[in-house]
Amino acid sequence: MSQNQYDVIILGGGPAGLTAGIYLARAKSNVLILDTGTPGGQMILTYEIANYPGFESISGYQLSSNMAKQAKSFGCTIKSNVKISEINFGKDIHEIALENGDTYSAPALILATGGRSRMLNVPGETEYKGRGISYCATCDGDFFQDKEIIVVGGGNSALEEAVSLTKYASKVTILHEFDHFQAFEQAVREAKEHPKINFIMESHITGFYGDENLRKVQYKNLKTGVESELSIDGAFIFIGYEANTSAFKDSDVKLNQWNEIITDEKLQTNIPGVFAAGDCRTKQFRQITTAVADGTVAALNALNYVREKK
Amino acid sequence: MTLPTTLKHVASEAQFSEILNENENVMICCGRMGPMCVPVYAAMEELQDEYTNVEFRDMAFDSPDARVIRELPECRGFMGLPFTVYFKNGKVAAATSSIQSKEQITTILDREFK
Repeated sequence: MSQNQYDVIILGGGPAGLTAGIYLARAKSNVLILDTGTPGGQMILTYEIANYPGFESISGYQLSSNMAKQAKSFGCTIKSNVKISEINFGKDIHEIALENGDTYSAPALILATGGRSRMLNVPGETEYKGRGISYCATCDGDFFQDKEIIVVGGGNSALEEAVSLTKYASKVTILHEFDHFQAFEQAVREAKEHPKINFIMESHITGFYGDENLRKVQYKNLKTGVESELSIDGAFIFIGYEANTSAFKDSDVKLNQWNEIITDEKLQTNIPGVFAAGDCRTKQFRQITTAVADGTVAALNALNYVREKK
Repeated sequence: MTLPTTLKHVASEAQFSEILNENENVMICCGRMGPMCVPVYAAMEELQDEYTNVEFRDMAFDSPDARVIRELPECRGFMGLPFTVYFKNGKVAAATSSIQSKEQITTILDREFK
């Protein structure tokens, strides 16, 4: 067996991928995790985790490090910050090519590519990141003392963070694309009753503008089509998550209408030997615990699949 | 006051001067342990072995001594953590605000320090 042939290759090193790595490596499988970022996935971005059994409280950074260390201790190879150029789903062997020319193959794959925060993808969003645009109220809220800000989104994160930002900002405007909020009733009530918060509904952001720092936002009313401007010092964007499945969009892997991977109860996709685990697949609840469960199920079924193939 | 990372830290203003005097190329990420900062530390941890000509350090944003970073003219207008500053021969070569990908970091390292 050459160095780049594995029993199972896992795409993604979040809690689902790392758990699968732990189970497979411990079962003496030759297993590789390829991660396009840092092991831990979205978990590493969580400041404090208080609902992971066994830990009263642990930082996402620490839990990620623990899981990666545990996987490596059993012999799992982890390659982080890789750039994948091609995935070939074969009949018996699946191949992954990286931009640096390296190729890897295995009879079984586990797709555990996770999810990510949505961006607005409008002019000025990248330019003013860190100069007025933020995706984290806890991190950057104190830079907006006595300033006027806009919060984009209508879910729990948007409304809860809008209320928490009133500790700093003099005025908070919540802009949302619908005429109602998806957040829980209590979060909506708290925001609506807050004297510093006001609302722009049924509108989309069309661009961010300023000088060295963000100064104004342009938005369009979706009902009337009228474009308006609002002078602001900051914008916080909380518009939900999406599955990291763009690499599979034009492949044979079946996705649902939200681009989430469809699996059966063994977490196998429509392609034999290709499994999916965690936030990238269609599921009801996206938690670290459910990702860990997915990683376990996918790993054990991948293990059976490889054994039957041999 | 230091951060609970595996990176080497900058613990004081005096140490900051010492590091800049003793190293031609220095990258300092000044932040907290939040979701915008941690990915930058993680990228730095991985880059340490690759860029042996660069001294990688982090610094706790809330320590009083971190004013050496917070008050740099190059960080004026920064409104997102972490503040990441690249020093060449003691002078600021580049500075960024908020989260950066490993690719964005290596672009700066290659441009300024190679």
